[in-house]
Amino acid sequence: MAELSMEQLSSQYYDILKELGNIGAGNATTALAQMLGGKLDMSVPQVRLLEFKEVGDLMGGADQIMAGIYLGVEGDITGSMMFLLGMESARHLVAKLMMQEPTGDMFSEIELSALKEVGNIITGSYLNSLSALTNLKMIPTVPAVAVDMAGAILSVPAIQFGLMGDNILLIETQFNDETQMNGYFILLPDLDSYSKILSSLGISI
Amino acid sequence: MGKSILVGMADLNTCTAPDSITTLGLGSCVGIAIRDPGTKIGGLAHIMLPDSKEISSVTHVPKFADTGIEELVKKIVAAGANRARLVAKIAGGAQMFATTSNSSTMKVGERNVIAVKKKLKEMNIRLLAEDTGDSYGRTVIFYPETGDYVIKTVGKPEKTI
Repeated sequence: MAELSMEQLSSQYYDILKELGNIGAGNATTALAQMLGGKLDMSVPQVRLLEFKEVGDLMGGADQIMAGIYLGVEGDITGSMMFLLGMESARHLVAKLMMQEPTGDMFSEIELSALKEVGNIITGSYLNSLSALTNLKMIPTVPAVAVDMAGAILSVPAIQFGLMGDNILLIETQFNDETQMNGYFILLPDLDSYSKILSSLGISI
Repeated sequence: MGKSILVGMADLNTCTAPDSITTLGLGSCVGIAIRDPGTKIGGLAHIMLPDSKEISSVTHVPKFADTGIEELVKKIVAAGANRARLVAKIAGGAQMFATTSNSSTMKVGERNVIAVKKKLKEMNIRLLAEDTGDSYGRTVIFYPETGDYVIKTVGKPEKTI
């Protein structure tokens, strides 16, 4: 298999990756909307190649507080996946699931566990749809959750990219409704997974 | 009040009093603040990984503890600081996600802190204070004027080391 460097990714590949993000996030957003019993809008996915110092600006500043659910991806495709929610959204989601009023405090152990479970279901539907499309195995690992500054949360996948290069490549989709919900799906396949994904779709590189 | 200089991830810069220098949301990364108390010239590096020698191609110097600290010291000295007087404070190196996996990427915070301390020792730069480890992110502001290193975390009071 040909070695693929991130700088070589042409705009055609970007479009394909964007489409994958569209399918994955579309399924995940639907799953989330069903869970909430409402309607969610999804943005057109963005495929971004960023320098590390730009990572903090991704979602409204590195010190923006967010709830992040992080999963590793194993199988034919390796990498990681993140599901990030603004604090308001996370509180709203937890309240809905636990059938209680949203609280203003930090999350309790059980609330964090609920968030983790939601993350598991949502990212699972993202990965399943991609798996069905590409015929490649993508198995999520046990999720972990952190409520902290966006920069600190994103440093985890950034460091993995740091081992291989000076950029981070990600497929990002934003979702929201009119009022409470706002969040992101971010898929971060390892570098060698990109060529696998593309060739599974019959695109030679 | 001076202006505030922003340092991104895998980035570094110098700073002279009365200005301050800051980096937002340190997770497993480590923020190394160095200054010369005499000239009040200092700087901050936001490193991501412990060792440039583990990677075959090193293109981006500020990314690593070893090369990042060397580069920061070089720049601080070039800005007029006295090399022999340099002292350091460090913060960060958290483990953001508690997982069962023992993989080295997950423990990178801890390894970063060890590598930073080793490099500082090797370069004879005294480590005055640290706020490292644990599982939360840190936003830091460094004042070369006083040497104060202010650390902000989510849901905890601000502290100065």
